[in-house]
Amino acid sequence: MIPAAFEYVRVSTVDEAVAALAEHGEDAKILAGGHSLLPIMKLRLAVPSVLIDISGVQELSYVRVDGDEVAIGAGTRHHELEKSEVAQAEVPLLPHVASRVGDPQVRHKGTLGGTVAHCDPASDLPTALLALGATVVVQGPSGRRSIPITEFFLGFFETAMEEGELIVELRVPRTGAGGWGYEKFTRRENDWPIVAAAAVHLPDGSVGVALANMGGVVLKASAVEAALAEGRSIEDAAELAAEGTSPSSDMHADAEYRSHLARLLTKRALKVASGETGASTAESTAA
Amino acid sequence: MQVSMTVNGQQRTDEVEPRTLLAHHLRDNLGLTATNIGCDSTSCGACTVMVDGLTVKSCTVLALQAEGSEVTTLEGLSTDGELHPVQAAFRSEHGLQCGFCTSGMVMAAVGVLADNPNPTDREVREGLEGNLCRCTGYHNIVQAVLKAAESGPAAGQVPSAKQEVTA
Amino acid sequence: MSILGTRVVRTEDPLFLTRGAVYTDDLTDPRLAGALHATFVRSTVAHGTVTEVDASAAREAPGVVAVYTAEDLGDLQPVPPPLPFLDAGFARPWLVPVGGRVHFVGDLVAVVLTEERYQGEDAAEMVVVDIDPLPAVVGTAAAATDETVLFPEVGTNKVAAFGEPAPEDFFADCEVVVTRAIVNQRVAAAPLETRAASAAWGEDGRVTIWCTNQGAQQAQGQIAGWLGLDPKLVHLVTPDVGGGFGAKIGADQEYAFVAWLAQQAGRPVRWAESRSENMTGMLQGRAQDQVITIGGDRDGTVKAYSLVVNQDCGAYPRIGTVLPTLTMLMAAAVYDIPKVHAQATCYATNGTSIGAYRGAGRPEATAAAERAMDLFAAEIGMDPADVRRKNFIAPFTEPFTTSSGATYDSGDYAAALDRVLEAAGYAELRAEQARRRERGDVRQLGIGVSAYVEITGADSGHGTSENAELEVHPDGTATVLTGTSPHGQGHATTWAMLASEQLGIPVEKITVLHGDTDRIPDGGGTMGSRSLQQGGAAVHQAAVELVEVARKRAAELLEANPDDLEVDLANAGLSVKGTPGTGITWAQLAADEQLIVQTTFTANAPTFPFGAHVAVVETDVESGKAVVTRLITVDDAGTIINPLLAEGQRHGGIAQGVGQALLEEILYDEDGNPQTSTFADYPFVSATELPSFELVEMATPTPMNPLGAKGIGEAGTIGSTPAVQSAVVDSVAHLGVRHIDMPATSMRVWRAVREAQKGSTN
Ligand SMILES: Cc1cc2nc3c(=O)[nH]c(=O)nc-3n(C[C@H](O)[C@H](O)[C@H](O)COP(=O)(O)OP(=O)(O)OC[C@H]3O[C@@H](n4cnc5c(N)ncnc54)[C@H](O)[C@@H]3O)c2cc1C
Ligand code: FES
Ligand code: FES
Repeated sequence: MIPAAFEYVRVSTVDEAVAALAEHGEDAKILAGGHSLLPIMKLRLAVPSVLIDISGVQELSYVRVDGDEVAIGAGTRHHELEKSEVAQAEVPLLPHVASRVGDPQVRHKGTLGGTVAHCDPASDLPTALLALGATVVVQGPSGRRSIPITEFFLGFFETAMEEGELIVELRVPRTGAGGWGYEKFTRRENDWPIVAAAAVHLPDGSVGVALANMGGVVLKASAVEAALAEGRSIEDAAELAAEGTSPSSDMHADAEYRSHLARLLTKRALKVASGETGASTAESTAA
Repeated sequence: MQVSMTVNGQQRTDEVEPRTLLAHHLRDNLGLTATNIGCDSTSCGACTVMVDGLTVKSCTVLALQAEGSEVTTLEGLSTDGELHPVQAAFRSEHGLQCGFCTSGMVMAAVGVLADNPNPTDREVREGLEGNLCRCTGYHNIVQAVLKAAESGPAAGQVPSAKQEVTA
Repeated sequence: MSILGTRVVRTEDPLFLTRGAVYTDDLTDPRLAGALHATFVRSTVAHGTVTEVDASAAREAPGVVAVYTAEDLGDLQPVPPPLPFLDAGFARPWLVPVGGRVHFVGDLVAVVLTEERYQGEDAAEMVVVDIDPLPAVVGTAAAATDETVLFPEVGTNKVAAFGEPAPEDFFADCEVVVTRAIVNQRVAAAPLETRAASAAWGEDGRVTIWCTNQGAQQAQGQIAGWLGLDPKLVHLVTPDVGGGFGAKIGADQEYAFVAWLAQQAGRPVRWAESRSENMTGMLQGRAQDQVITIGGDRDGTVKAYSLVVNQDCGAYPRIGTVLPTLTMLMAAAVYDIPKVHAQATCYATNGTSIGAYRGAGRPEATAAAERAMDLFAAEIGMDPADVRRKNFIAPFTEPFTTSSGATYDSGDYAAALDRVLEAAGYAELRAEQARRRERGDVRQLGIGVSAYVEITGADSGHGTSENAELEVHPDGTATVLTGTSPHGQGHATTWAMLASEQLGIPVEKITVLHGDTDRIPDGGGTMGSRSLQQGGAAVHQAAVELVEVARKRAAELLEANPDDLEVDLANAGLSVKGTPGTGITWAQLAADEQLIVQTTFTANAPTFPFGAHVAVVETDVESGKAVVTRLITVDDAGTIINPLLAEGQRHGGIAQGVGQALLEEILYDEDGNPQTSTFADYPFVSATELPSFELVEMATPTPMNPLGAKGIGEAGTIGSTPAVQSAVVDSVAHLGVRHIDMPATSMRVWRAVREAQKGSTN
């Protein structure tokens, strides 16, 4: 299967990308790693008339410490994030989650900006970013602005980006040695999560918890976070994980099972984050 | 549009439609049919090739996205008629049956060894998670990768990369 | 030293590994120069009446040479159902006409011919097809009601029925009777190479068709029949084939269509389907709903067993319709049960047609019998291995006829089980399981045991015969022509070994050719694990006969008594007895006159390989996820010619069994829309879901062929599927679970545990 025909524009700077977006209007799409966009274009579920290829924009590819935060360029590929020593030292949740996305070939192409912009409710890195309370930096015709990630994912494949904008950077707090856990539940190791839970101890002393595939967007487990803030136990707090979610029923799992998984995985992620137990992902199961 | 890339050490410039997938460019325009297409959801890995030393699924990369890159396919792996260590190990361990996954599997295996020259059985399986095989049950593929690892760093290199090292 | 039984690496590999094999879509044959590309327009509705097909826009699209709808088919007649006893009303149209009914998502409505591959997809999208939906018949239960009938002219969805109901008192003498409805789900064969075909007509009025298939000769006959051509006018070639697993047995209508289109267009035509197209268009497997009932005494003796099958045939009944008869034949499995009853009813549904898939009818019999044994063992509180041992057919070397009517050649089922249990460390596994249960671990151990016997080399349309031609050339090389049709099995190597064994010609100098009906007009292809025992035996026989031809010729040339000449393997020829190296080579004997033999080998009967598997799983009882940690297998296929390749067959089979037991299932929604038509949705088993396998050797030769070989292609799947399913059930048996249908997904396991704990039966 092949995409419908389109016009192709290659840019090498963010300014060029913004200009190209302005020039081509709403029929244009950014092409980063292409590992969400091209698959749906091959199935003709997306038929953009112009693709603006930002994969050659060098200035979008970095992971660096910036004050209390780690700043990550939107063009950073999953495998670069996975291998980044800065990320491993400053915010180890992210490189771990990056290593759990798809398979090596996918990680060699997919970008952080792409996965955030694509806004798939089952995506791994957006879940981790949500738990971390990241900031999304976008740039458009009227310059740069920052959007808290809690306000970024609006609905099913819908974000707070405005026409003509692109994501340039993701900013996350430096959690350093603070505990974290990521529990991704899949059929096969390389699959998208049926449900995933991220938990991370943040520098301000709070615990961030987020869930993948429990609704139309990745979700913060707010009830769990609040219960933990009140000092309730991990077990008690995790029982609230499915609150406020709207999981779908599909061939992999129905809503009831997804809710069960949300509670179970949240409990496990929290326990790993607090150092009570080791990770219980499939890798450790296979003897 | 025009696209230029180095494929298996040879410089190529061709005219392509923008939507041309790298896999089709290799197969239909360059006649390199070892690279196969087994799915339309980026799932099977039969189309795996190396672009600038990293494995990618060429069915999900536009030919234009490989502009200026070094592309290596199965055909470019052996030098002077001698099998690459991974190819040799696939043969000695019977790591292929119908052969349809093989080109992608061999390229993915080179990628695994480039990343981790001494993998465990489990690490090999994880490294090949993006490649499906219906025939072998993966057993002998895993054996082949472990065997190739024994032959040292060459198992994780592609010929052009090797030349760069020696140059 | 004999080359047979040694681990010879494949002669086909150097090319496969450097340049890649040449599959149908890779062909650069000059006859295909300038070929058009065919793209089919398929129904996106499972059941409905076509109200409009408008190709006018598509006809104007760039690169379009022609668009065919049902109106443009001339005198092409619908393809009759492939089995003589089927109602002619099940015939399949080439393209469903306006006013006609589509019967599954994937049914053909139109076809587009374009200059370029990419243009085909663009133009196909522009063909407007309107379909008035009818209620869809999904699964055999819905089909059996006949509330919606797929083919009104047939009047019922019932396609065929085999056997009678069991007598009412069938289980009367049993202390314990257990009955259960179970599912052997619909799965995709999913060879990695999808279907593809190309065709070119010659000046001589003959057509050459290249296609990916498991038997060129059978496909040739079918295609000629459908197109109303003399088979002699059809030259069918199967290039390298990227896996088949049964789904590439017999021609598909699209292959014949490509030939017809090439004739209409006056230009060669190529077609290669996408995976999405393949997941609805290619034959699928299994799809049986079963009811098993087992009865016996509390000491473990099984006295009566009944298997009732409802077979889903899919939209247009094909070979899947007769596979339940194999299930019935093999119902008694490895057990000496006094009374065995089996019965099957086959239904048309609005799904993809069902055909053969690795094992084809036999895995369904084994899965049913092994589930029954486990259920019986659980009911009487006996170890499942002990129940099996108690009921096995005793070791036999003379043919044994079972209560379901199969005559087995040789077997020792208890020995197979004992070996595999020992290799697995069964007692220690049970002890570890007990410890984990005692501790109430989150990760519980499950141990699944299966024993199986299957039928291989049964008549699949070509009797139990296969032919071979062997020629030695003056340059000392040899060529073997075979009617079998490898697609990964490595016949080129094994057949060469068989010839080399008799002639001393090194395997590298022996070329094995197959899959070309001009060169090899007769052949049964590769299916049903028949190849080595029939095709290999034919090569062996050809080599033996060639020695005799050569002996006579040499005797004349050397003016010696033929009886004084003996084969001199080191010299690849004949020598006078006691003076090796002094004689004459095959090559010399071929110098003036062709040294060639054509022969047919006919087996007395099919063979019955058997074995036993142990699967170990770890199940996270909180999430329900089961992970296979060990698979230990005994697969006795008689004498092994090349252990390297035989092991490869076992590995692949075992993995497919795990796939079915844990992951794979073709799903439809209630409207008959497939939910699993890409590899993103269909959970094809991958390397991370499997351990490395532990193979245990055992070889009980068969008397049915001179090689002593039985089939090995399907055995692994037949044994591993029930072993893994059983292991998953066993891992949560202490929580009250007796059965979980395949695929034993984590949700199913979790729910089974929950319901068992709530006290409801499951
Ligand atoms: C086989 C396979 C398996 C996968 N498995 C997983 C998995 O397990 N978990 C998971 O989370 N993901 C998975 N993915 C998705 C993967 O992470 C993608 O790479 C990622 O979602 C998209 O990143 P990209 O750079 O490829 O984006 P693209 O495909 O290039 O773009 C995606 C969308 O984002 C837009 N976009 C891209 N970059 C920007 C930007 N900087 N600013 C604004 N808009 C932008 C595009 O216009 C497009 O709409 C998988 C993908 C594949 C093909
Ligand atoms: S063809 Fe590229 S992943 Fe399947
Ligand atoms: S060898 Fe056939 S798919 Fe891997």
